Amino acid sequence: MGRPASGERAHVHAAQWSAAAVGRFKPLLFVAGLLPFARWFWLGFNDGLTANPVEFLTRSSGTWTLVCLLVTLSITPLRRLLGQPALVRLRRPCGLFAFFYGSLHFMAWVWWDRGLDPASMLQDVAERPFITVGFAAFVCMAALAATSTRWAMRRMGRRWQVLHRAVYLIGVLAIVHLWWHKAGKHDFQQPLAYGVVLAVLLGWRVVVALRARRAGPEGGGP
Amino acid sequence: MQIRKPGQVPPPSEITPEAVWLSRREWMARAALAAAAAGLPSWAARRAFAQDAAALPGQPSPAFSVMDKQTSFKDVTTYNNYYEFGVDKGDPAEYAGKLQTRPWTVSIEGEVRRPQVFDIDALLKLAPLEDRVYRLRCVEGWSMVIPWVGYPLSALLKQVEPTGNAKYVEFTTVVQRENMPGVRYPVLEWPYVEGLRLDEAMHPLSLLVFGVYGKVLPNQNGAPLRLAVPWKYGFKSAKSLVSIRLVERQPTSSWMQAAANEYGFYANVNPGVPHPRWSQATERRIGEDGLFTPKRKTLLFNGYADQVASLYQGMDLKANY
Repeated sequence: MGRPASGERAHVHAAQWSAAAVGRFKPLLFVAGLLPFARWFWLGFNDGLTANPVEFLTRSSGTWTLVCLLVTLSITPLRRLLGQPALVRLRRPCGLFAFFYGSLHFMAWVWWDRGLDPASMLQDVAERPFITVGFAAFVCMAALAATSTRWAMRRMGRRWQVLHRAVYLIGVLAIVHLWWHKAGKHDFQQPLAYGVVLAVLLGWRVVVALRARRAGPEGGGP
Repeated sequence: MQIRKPGQVPPPSEITPEAVWLSRREWMARAALAAAAAGLPSWAARRAFAQDAAALPGQPSPAFSVMDKQTSFKDVTTYNNYYEFGVDKGDPAEYAGKLQTRPWTVSIEGEVRRPQVFDIDALLKLAPLEDRVYRLRCVEGWSMVIPWVGYPLSALLKQVEPTGNAKYVEFTTVVQRENMPGVRYPVLEWPYVEGLRLDEAMHPLSLLVFGVYGKVLPNQNGAPLRLAVPWKYGFKSAKSLVSIRLVERQPTSSWMQAAANEYGFYANVNPGVPHPRWSQATERRIGEDGLFTPKRKTLLFNGYADQVASLYQGMDLKANY
């Protein structure tokens, strides 16, 4: 995290963006993040939510949760590849958007699928692995969102980073959730596509970590 | 080749009569129009065909109709599971226009005394068409109420005289590789195969369907003929049938082949037997239950228990799901 760039990366120093410059993108990111949400309303007023709006909105919110999650996970590789450490400022808003869509996806299940009935929710989580992994992913996401403030970061110190590595686990759980959802129809195009993106994003981190270990104690982790 | 000298007039026999000349112009113009139109049709016909389906009236059959509010024609014809055209609910309405439904024959074979190949037009006249309003409960947890046009499957099966060995009926549906974009993907094994026990197939509720809403069945709903078995999950009501085989042993349906732990042979609607990945206790009625309505309770045998429960007397419905 934010370690000084080493000599062989000198060429990227030329035009490094300041934290303030990256911060100026935040309003744009905020608008972009709300576009899927706005689209649902637009579709709703234009008869575009299909014959089964509940199913459409449930699935759409799930899809956008995963997309935001993958965007969040791509910030760190992007920082390194572009040599722009200041991009880290976009990571928290992306992660919070993932949690925003994840909460809507969760509420779709709580309200539309389970009819706000706690007993039937518990039963669903206990009996159906497909739901269990989705629920676990959401609980982890809630923990990360709750500790996403600067205050929590300072208070937790090293433990903050350990906890927030759970984002990798959330990614894997989300893919498994989607995989099992599509398994009934043997329709693996979507989980495969998202799964490959996740594998690349996580694989990159593994490669970087292994290289750093080989380079000796002076190299830090990603 | 004859070269004409100036001033020489061609003999009258060689002059094209004006009417023919004009009709040729007209023909060329029409051909050009047709050629231009040939580029459009797949686009223009995408959803149009559902609207201009020919009328196919049937006699109302109140004894076999439910009083529930009927699902709109639009929802019935645009929200479909017909994986040969793609796994999205909108795919069948979008791509089924290319399905060729004429000529069409259905062969009835196997354990029967009089195996026959029926032409679709002969099948349409085999028995009086009835209008029957049935509930349809999809295994995915949604339901519709659909006014089908057809006659009991038993009317057809009686024609071929099943032998004593006939215990089950196997239904095979069409595969038109050129016209079905979904069969490129190994979602299921094609062709789609379904099955019923002979007594289920002979039950007066089992309907051979040729139309919906008083019109010829749109392709995406399983044209030119399909089943409607209202007390079973929707996937049992196979579409676009090409062969019906009477057999001694229980057929293996495409869904049993794909996931035997999730889909059994019977697939009777049963709120007490959950799907491994979701509960079947409740359902959402398409077009009627809005975003703010809770799901409705699913009924045993989709509400047809009085008529069909006796078929399963003494059977463990949990084991025979």
